[in-house]
Amino acid sequence: MDAKPLWLLAELTYKCPLQCPYCSNPLDFAGPRFKQELTTEEWSRVFREAKALGVLQLGLSGGEPLLRTDLEGLVATAHQLGLYTSLITSAHRLRKDRLAALQRAGLDHVQISVQAADADLSDRIAGTQAFGDKLAAYHFTKELGFPLTVNVVLHRENLHQVEALIRFAESLGAERIELANTQFYGWAFHNRDALMPTKAQLNAAWQVVLRERARLGPRLEIVWVLPDYHEQFPKPCMGGWARAYMTVAPGGEVWPCHAAGRITTLTFENVRDRSLEWIWRESDAFNRFRGEAWMPEPCRSCARRTVDFGGCRCQAFLVAGDAGLTDPVCSLAPHRHLIDAAVAQIERAAAAGVEPPSLTYRAAPTSRALTAKG
Amino acid sequence: MNPTSAAAVPRLHPKARLQRDDVRGRDVLLYPEGLVTLNPTGAEILGLCDGVRSLADIVTTLEQRYGASGLERDVTSFVEALAAKGLVVYGR
Repeated sequence: MDAKPLWLLAELTYKCPLQCPYCSNPLDFAGPRFKQELTTEEWSRVFREAKALGVLQLGLSGGEPLLRTDLEGLVATAHQLGLYTSLITSAHRLRKDRLAALQRAGLDHVQISVQAADADLSDRIAGTQAFGDKLAAYHFTKELGFPLTVNVVLHRENLHQVEALIRFAESLGAERIELANTQFYGWAFHNRDALMPTKAQLNAAWQVVLRERARLGPRLEIVWVLPDYHEQFPKPCMGGWARAYMTVAPGGEVWPCHAAGRITTLTFENVRDRSLEWIWRESDAFNRFRGEAWMPEPCRSCARRTVDFGGCRCQAFLVAGDAGLTDPVCSLAPHRHLIDAAVAQIERAAAAGVEPPSLTYRAAPTSRALTAKG
Repeated sequence: MNPTSAAAVPRLHPKARLQRDDVRGRDVLLYPEGLVTLNPTGAEILGLCDGVRSLADIVTTLEQRYGASGLERDVTSFVEALAAKGLVVYGR
């Protein structure tokens, strides 16, 4: 098949001033695997090669991409190539003059995270005082005329604030709010039992979304990323493995999605050793689950294989122990009972009034301790 | 929805950008977290949505360019569909 990538997520660094316990970065983000960040020249080469392969959308992410002092130059390079650039940031310590410089360099779109609708809860989830900077940044992002997306990760601690979050985005004049129910990878998988909401919480929030979408129409796009553990069928993860999307991690490893580095049964190539084109077209990791030939039953004979592509390989690996299995979220999957058990445990605990376990915050010392433990 | 007046002046929303996609030999409209694939006619119409020309002007321009007539409905519905997605706005 002749798949060409449309999307590149550039994880410029895993350093981050925030400590969100649902971070999608790898648990071992502070370890040697990601220590030698790509240089300005190496990233520029990656962007050129990505454009030549067909990429049109570039996400500049991390960690916190603002910690790269060469960000303006990287944006300028991407812009000259014709890539549509989105900055995905916490806005921590961001000043208006820097964002204006990024705009002059050609930045197209700004996505700023917020952890909750009020400062207390937001800062508690972020593990640091961050809300004030965010609020200022939201306002000057709009003053500069950028399209703005408000990014929120939803979980049991903040799902009750969905209406307040939508009203907040509306009051800012944002174009989009992304309400992303926690997907359980990276630190979120480690904190799964503390973060997973109850079905009742999800239903209540979903009703709010429906109502607010009807009220706001195209004025504010409300994106609702499905809580897949509570679904019947898996998400069409990344639009299928290695079909349209790739991530380059801080040290140069190339993954078909930002969670794939966790799959220990695959060997990921590095842009320091290989061209992006070779990695996309030829590497084992990208070809392993491309198309349909790899699919086991029940996917192989299922009509939905062209809809959800067998779901998420990372989830199959994390939950069922084999990236080549049907996503265990699928109600037809042989490992669905593992998902049901995780959900049922949350419901039982909530019904009994049991406090959820405490959160493990994302931090470098914790990352090293967890990695040493194995 | 009210029918869009022929006097309306469409332009691209600042968040949207027309871009040549060399690799696939086509034009696309890029916007936050998405894109619309354009056929050559669509790209040409959007190229004329400059915040100066009215819909009527755009139709006239295209009809003259191709020696055609009766393009109004196609042009209007194309522009309206993008306006509904928030990618085209009206006004100078």
